[in-house]
Amino acid sequence: MELMRRSWAIVWKDLLIEARTKQAFNAMVFFAALVLFIFSFALGPDTELLREVSGGLLWVGIAFTGILSLNRTYQSEETSGGIEGLRVYPGDPRAIFLGKLFGNIIVLLAVEAVLFPAAAVLFQIEMLPHVGELAVVALLGTIGFSIVGTFYAALTVNLRAREVMLPLLLFPALVPMLLGAVNATTLILVGDPMQDSDIWIRLLIAFDVIFFVISTWIFPIALEE
Amino acid sequence: MIVTSNSGTARLIGIAALVTMLVGSFVGLFVVSPDRLQGDVQRLMYVHVPAAWLAFLAFFIVFLMSVLYLIQRDLKWDRVAHASAEIGVVFTVLTLALGSMWGKPTWGVWWTWDPRLTTTAIMLAIYVGYLAIRSFADDPDKRARWAAIVGIIGFANVPIVYLSVIWWRTLHQPPSSPRSVSPEILWTLLFNLLAFTLVYVYLMMRRIRLAKVEGELEQRVAYNG
Repeated sequence: MELMRRSWAIVWKDLLIEARTKQAFNAMVFFAALVLFIFSFALGPDTELLREVSGGLLWVGIAFTGILSLNRTYQSEETSGGIEGLRVYPGDPRAIFLGKLFGNIIVLLAVEAVLFPAAAVLFQIEMLPHVGELAVVALLGTIGFSIVGTFYAALTVNLRAREVMLPLLLFPALVPMLLGAVNATTLILVGDPMQDSDIWIRLLIAFDVIFFVISTWIFPIALEE
Repeated sequence: MIVTSNSGTARLIGIAALVTMLVGSFVGLFVVSPDRLQGDVQRLMYVHVPAAWLAFLAFFIVFLMSVLYLIQRDLKWDRVAHASAEIGVVFTVLTLALGSMWGKPTWGVWWTWDPRLTTTAIMLAIYVGYLAIRSFADDPDKRARWAAIVGIIGFANVPIVYLSVIWWRTLHQPPSSPRSVSPEILWTLLFNLLAFTLVYVYLMMRRIRLAKVEGELEQRVAYNG
């Protein structure tokens, strides 16, 4: 309970900063839409082809956009020295991880809420009939992405080359999550008569649980000064 | 004391590694009869399988040493982990290269998205990330801590990646069980495994000693400004 309250304080603080400055969100939405555009240009105007690979395009867009937001995860603390304050605060340091994690999930889901409809229009996909299934996949994928991302962002925040190091560490670790999310999304969008998307959703759940346990367990070590 | 006393043992192991490598290669190339179906190409197995085994052994050692470091916080475990990671990366590249050479005549392609192949490539990316994060950290203790975390999470991720890629697609021939191959092939393979393991032990001893010297140098430079 105490842990949740502390975590929520951090979520609230970060969302409040974001809501007042709107630094990240607007840029992220445009960036994500641009990624979809670039891919459409790269793959040509063949709508049929674009529809078939739309799951992959969406998740590549989410991953690239997510990296932007992850790189900023601890930045407000780092520039003002606030991380020291959080560190000496009594209580479980895992609250910092959980707070940052929820914050990243919320921001990324908000971006996806714009990105998915944009993709539906751009690629002429009927998303409305599958909105429930898509929401489940998007949620599970975003949680998995954010768990590993928030964790590695804490490791790389002090590094000289963090903009390079974060994706270098993150993307190999995300392979199972990306496979699960892309395949589930594609199956849902192009039709899934055999209910094959179930296995990918189960993979996503397993990924989320395993990495949540490992990350929350190791996080205090990552945060040490 | 900069020069450690184990160089005599190291030299002995080095000689043993060289001799077993020469004998193993000779037997594998000229003595054992070739595979009935694959012909001489199959002889690549005598170096491909040991290289792959070594890569996994090396990364398992990285994992163990990372855990030990986080428990005891002694930099000697970090040196072992670092040495093992470097050697593991070399042998992973070797595994991929040898696998490609075998794949071209056997499967007709240099590269295919087979689970074991794909997982090995991702494993390479994980440990290149491990070495990269080391090169970006200046403080020895922080470097050791961050690297240990990456070493643990990276290793935990390998089986998950493997399972997810299996679901994604499968083409690789199932691993031959000891009972399905002739004894002379099995013995040649086991002998080459021994030779490669000796090479690993030799390289480890040399690399750890080098790391020790590097650490002392780093310390002196820091001390003398």
